[in-house]
Amino acid sequence: MNAPAKPREKTRFDTIGKPRRRVDGRAKAIGQTRFADDLVLPRMLHAKLLRSPHPHAIVESIDVSRAQAQRGVHLVLTGAEFPVPYGIMPVSQDEHPLARERVRYVGDPVAAVIAVDEQMATEALQLIDVKYRKLPTVASPEEGLAKPEPRIHDYGERGNIHRNQSYEFGDVEEALARSDHVFEDLFFYEGNTHLPMEQQASLASVEGDGKLLLQSSTQNPHYLHRQLARVLQVPAAHVRVIATPNGGGFGGKCDPGNHEFVVAKAALMLGRPVKICLTREEVFYQHRGRHPVLMKMRTGVSNDGRLTAMHLQTLLDGGAYGSHGPASTFYTGVLTPVTYELPRFKFEACRVFTNKPACGPKRGHGTPQPRFGQEVQLDKIAERLKLDPAEMRLRMVTQPDSLTASWLHVGSTGLAECIRKVVEMSGWKERRGKLGAGRGLGLACSTYMCGAGVSIYWNKMPHSAVQILLDRSGQVTVYCGATEIGQGSDDVLAGLVAESLGIDPGWVRCVTGDTGITPIDLGSYSSRVTIMMGNAALQAAGRLRDTLAAAAAEALDTLPDRVIFSQDRVFAAQDAGKTMSFIEAIALAEAKFGTLAAVGSYAPPKPPGRYKGAGVGPSPAYSFSACVVETEVDEHTGWVTVPKIWIAHDIGRALNPVLARGQVIGGVYMGLGEALMEEQAFRRLPPKLSSALVHRNPSMLDYKSLTSLDMPEVEVALIEYPDPNCPYGAKEVGQGPLLPVMPALANAIHDAVGVRIDEIPITPDKVLRALEKKEKGEAPRVGPESFPSVPYPAPTFVLPPWEGGDGNELKGQEGRKAA
Amino acid sequence: MSAVPDRVHATLRVNGEDQQVSFAPYKTLLEVLREDLNLTGTKHGCELGECGACAVLVDGEPLLSCLELAVQCEGRDIQTIEGLAKGTELHPLQAAFADHGGSQCGYCTSGMVMTAKALLDKEPAPSRERIREALAGNLCRCTGYQQIWESVESAAKALREGKR
Repeated sequence: MNAPAKPREKTRFDTIGKPRRRVDGRAKAIGQTRFADDLVLPRMLHAKLLRSPHPHAIVESIDVSRAQAQRGVHLVLTGAEFPVPYGIMPVSQDEHPLARERVRYVGDPVAAVIAVDEQMATEALQLIDVKYRKLPTVASPEEGLAKPEPRIHDYGERGNIHRNQSYEFGDVEEALARSDHVFEDLFFYEGNTHLPMEQQASLASVEGDGKLLLQSSTQNPHYLHRQLARVLQVPAAHVRVIATPNGGGFGGKCDPGNHEFVVAKAALMLGRPVKICLTREEVFYQHRGRHPVLMKMRTGVSNDGRLTAMHLQTLLDGGAYGSHGPASTFYTGVLTPVTYELPRFKFEACRVFTNKPACGPKRGHGTPQPRFGQEVQLDKIAERLKLDPAEMRLRMVTQPDSLTASWLHVGSTGLAECIRKVVEMSGWKERRGKLGAGRGLGLACSTYMCGAGVSIYWNKMPHSAVQILLDRSGQVTVYCGATEIGQGSDDVLAGLVAESLGIDPGWVRCVTGDTGITPIDLGSYSSRVTIMMGNAALQAAGRLRDTLAAAAAEALDTLPDRVIFSQDRVFAAQDAGKTMSFIEAIALAEAKFGTLAAVGSYAPPKPPGRYKGAGVGPSPAYSFSACVVETEVDEHTGWVTVPKIWIAHDIGRALNPVLARGQVIGGVYMGLGEALMEEQAFRRLPPKLSSALVHRNPSMLDYKSLTSLDMPEVEVALIEYPDPNCPYGAKEVGQGPLLPVMPALANAIHDAVGVRIDEIPITPDKVLRALEKKEKGEAPRVGPESFPSVPYPAPTFVLPPWEGGDGNELKGQEGRKAA
Repeated sequence: MSAVPDRVHATLRVNGEDQQVSFAPYKTLLEVLREDLNLTGTKHGCELGECGACAVLVDGEPLLSCLELAVQCEGRDIQTIEGLAKGTELHPLQAAFADHGGSQCGYCTSGMVMTAKALLDKEPAPSRERIREALAGNLCRCTGYQQIWESVESAAKALREGKR
């Protein structure tokens, strides 16, 4: 059932691979796309949230009477109305829509006012009296490890440790001991946030049939649907979530948000539509962005530059709630072995709660941090061993259809081709080291998943489903729960169905992201939509094509498997003169078989790893990227300029090259912003100012991102080796191309001025500090100086495939002896 | 001290049409366009003049509608994204943004297109550098700007060739 649909007899494409206007392009260009805050309903009220001014406090009492009595106020809600907790992952149900007994970060919502307009709601917030009892705060994971009390949550591993884990694939110490060289490096990656242009907005209403409707800027309507039903204690079948087109997501709209439950509850209580739109400042508090991660990498290398083993330790600053944290923790390690052959691998990771907005998934989810460390360390290795960094990588890229030490299956890979391509495009061999003072080139590579192999909640059902209806008008209506967040998922859906049925994409109407109408797709995260929705769509379209072919074959005097669908027509393969229009074929089939509809669904293949924890990391396919960054460093100011970036991305197949190229450049942009300036950073106020942990820059002016003037030109090569697990071979492109940019920049800065900045973002002050150290003859490096003692557990020990393992963990000493 | 009125009545000239509208005097042009005239094509990203999503043209100049009180716009010529197409025929900038990847999520698009229109109205053949400069106040998180530059260049060419 779940085998990818085969593109029978499709060797030449009508639609796939050709640059096209995306199906939602016109509406966006004329301002007609309706985002959540553009929606208005009669009798609509407006909600505002009261947020905690304290990073950690007990809520002793809340008096809402004055607010409730205010003119224009219809309802005031507090945590008392929300006894049921929620969280995106079943193991982290640790949030309430409004805080009940405790607040955990500055910005944690404690009450909500629903009033006639936003102004009245905002004014009434001031009339709510909350008595807080302040608690000691945790500002960093180091502090959280040192101060187990008071606990921010009463669950987790222990103290303020949320997650703590250790995996070892083959005896790493033994391999390091017999390596020619062991490189030990520390890296730090500061947190940053998604900063979507659209602030989260939601409109809840009770439909004519008495059921709840929530229209919301969410990436994951399905998970939100489940959580709404749980938290509001209403049957899921009585809740409908419509994901409005997202004005950018990047992972920030994956978690269910406090505001979504608040307006839903208020609409149910009042029987009137209730809308909320977060302010820009509130978006910084909702966050769920990149985890700050401290990393330690001990890597064994042979004299010829091959990896022998790696011991990776990570320490994540989780913020105040679980969010996707259990997955994020895994992702700071699991993709590390996918790019290069690594015989043995040990990975320890620890996520600590702190009194700051919760971190979660941002484009690349947990993997950009270790990727930065790994690729910078490789550059150091190449330098020490006097190897060309590109050549060294080329010699050890993972092979197609191979397993990693951790039992991930690497299917297709175009990484070698990506490296060769950026080397060629950038003039790497001719130009590197010859650009003159202050100028340099740096290279890095990366990989990303095409969808997580396992759903967020455990089940055996499909991850994506598509239904297609055909009618005699020629209309092709495609239903899927996938969510358009700007990445072009509607266009991918229309393009695949159009190709399969041999029609122009303009015939296809996409109905997506509506849990009341569309079959389930798990959501727009983990780069899963193209492959999972795409395979489901091709299965559904293939079934309809079979039906149409069966009906048309008779009239065309041929066999059903000799019927060809192309250019809005149906042909007999052996005689193009025998033909009918697509609409005529529908009419024949509708007359013969009745109303025409088909469903398709997709679930990823079972991963080869069988140890506990093997569920995070497997994917039906991996994309690969290689990137070269050129840089100019001003040695007097530390200012870093990037005149040009070259990137090659192994996409399998580009379905619509305009969109694919746009995703690549957009990913490079976001990566470069993270590399140079983006920081979600906090400071502790002095005691006389409450000691609160406050966001340094919760505005678009102060949170620096690249403008049109800062952004360099990006030259993109799309490497197309179709992957057999993917629809027409198409792999992901939404996240992968971000990943190599940060390390490539750091490596370019080293090439330019000979300093190592082992920390993201690479701001001018750090470059200057490193240059000063270089001047003084000290180690020319800025980065973390120490790694705290983390009480990682004893590792789950698994033998790599080439050491006789079977994918299961070995218990106790048995594993050690076998190794 | 004279009392501030609860509401003011004004005639705003939007996309060539006079609109009678009554609104609270503290409302910005952005709010009046979106909430009182239902012209939701103009977006908001910060409401502090930091992102450019709300840019409209007032007397032909790009202006951040979140920073301008609507009462100050009486008697001025306001152009929004909704007024750009001729019937169902897209303005070359709109067509180019749709065709060349200038718009991904679409949230910054209205502000980008209006700002770019102000540029092309004055400079029909701007260099890439000029385009980058003119759009420097409009943030986009999706595209990395490059396909926006390309869209503006393509539209400029179409306009020069008299496609409109």
